[in-house]
Amino acid sequence: MCSLEKRGNLFILTLTGQNVEHRLNPEVLSSIISALSRAKAESTRGSALVTVSHAKFFCNGFDLDWVNATGSKQEAQQRFDYSLDCLTQLVQAFISLPMPTVAAVNGHAAAAGLVIPLCHDYVVMRRDRGVLYVNDLEMGLKIPELYMAFFRAKTSGWALRDLVLRGLKIKGEELLKMGIVDAVYDGEEGVINAGMKMADDLARRKWDGEVYAEIRKGLYSEFCGMLGIASKAIGTPK
Amino acid sequence: MCSLEKRGNLFILILTGQNGEHRLNPNLFSSIISALSRAKAESTRGSALVTVSHGKFFCNGFDLDWVNAAGSDEETQQRFNLLLDYLKQLVLAFISLPMPTIAAVNGHAAAGGVVLALCHDYVLMRRYRSVLYMIDLDLGIKIPEPFMALFRAKISGSARRDLLLRGLKIKGEEALKMGLVEAVYDGEEEVTNAGIKMADDLAKRTWHGEVYAEIRKGLYSELCDILGIASIPIATPKL
Repeated sequence: MCSLEKRGNLFILTLTGQNVEHRLNPEVLSSIISALSRAKAESTRGSALVTVSHAKFFCNGFDLDWVNATGSKQEAQQRFDYSLDCLTQLVQAFISLPMPTVAAVNGHAAAAGLVIPLCHDYVVMRRDRGVLYVNDLEMGLKIPELYMAFFRAKTSGWALRDLVLRGLKIKGEELLKMGIVDAVYDGEEGVINAGMKMADDLARRKWDGEVYAEIRKGLYSEFCGMLGIASKAIGTPK
Repeated sequence: MCSLEKRGNLFILILTGQNGEHRLNPNLFSSIISALSRAKAESTRGSALVTVSHGKFFCNGFDLDWVNAAGSDEETQQRFNLLLDYLKQLVLAFISLPMPTIAAVNGHAAAGGVVLALCHDYVLMRRYRSVLYMIDLDLGIKIPEPFMALFRAKISGSARRDLLLRGLKIKGEEALKMGLVEAVYDGEEEVTNAGIKMADDLAKRTWHGEVYAEIRKGLYSELCDILGIASIPIATPKL
């Protein structure tokens, strides 16, 4: 589902999922949350995390096969809501992680799956492959208020409109123009190496992880407000 | 005033204006709001609306002659406040419209006219012969809060400052750079046709209008709070 490797100061989170599309169900989400807990527990000054995946998909959203494999529509709705709750817990874990985070997006990320790269501080992406796709409108689904707040923290104006209201499968270069990704690279090796290097450069700054996380939460103030993640008062260290 | 035409899946709202002027007074406001109600009532999946105008002006903002023709200072203020209320209703109607909306801005837009253009999902503009001009500062009129919230949602940073605080008459190319408009065209026919084509392309996606409107409201969360538009929970129709 995922693996966490430590390489010097870097935590490398590899998304493998249970299937080719790396779809998210409570089990997969749980395993990613555990990995983040471990990274948090072992973090020191100068830690950083980079999330990678291999092959065609980064993450294609919720495991709808699992959601729909129930007796009733009501139960399917419950499974969907539960998946959404688990995703929200994952976002919280990322946003509270006491170290810089980089997502190296090698393949497609859609729907709920797109939230994962976006909850990293930095996103590097392939130029030649992979799209980000918010498909809620196509599916006839309203985007939950909490996630609209999440997207509003990441982007605004015409870029926000193009991300959520236009049914677009958006490639790296366009996402770069929209300010949603930070850089694009050719090839799987290209993007993963770039992600690692970026994480490494950030780690060298040896920032206080707790302070880093608290400042980061300020970038997501509306979202954090809705979740009730209070900002902690930090005594002046020096 | 204005007219609403149905062409296949498209609603075409034509701002015809009065005597070559396109100023927002109670009559024009009422007629646009009615037109939007009709479009909403007749909307289906795959509807879209494009607003067009002809001639020199897209919309020149409030009819200040009408406001100032009042008998007293008090009545003048009342008339102005009435127009503000109407503009709020107009913005509300556009933001709740259950279909994609495009403004094909053929001529000049000032003050309330800029608000009108920008409450569409997409704005196309003439490269020349058309400016966006927030004239409020030059006239000594404060921009009321709901419309500030609209601008804050649409545009940020130095572009927002340049639109609101600099008394600029912003031409097509500049508006494009500022992220205010989607594309610019030479000629009235080109911009109007481009608007119709874009509306058509968006209509072909056959999105659920209600879902579209709810997601759109999420782009304007602050504005929706100010206008008191609650979000409707939508049951998942298909997973």
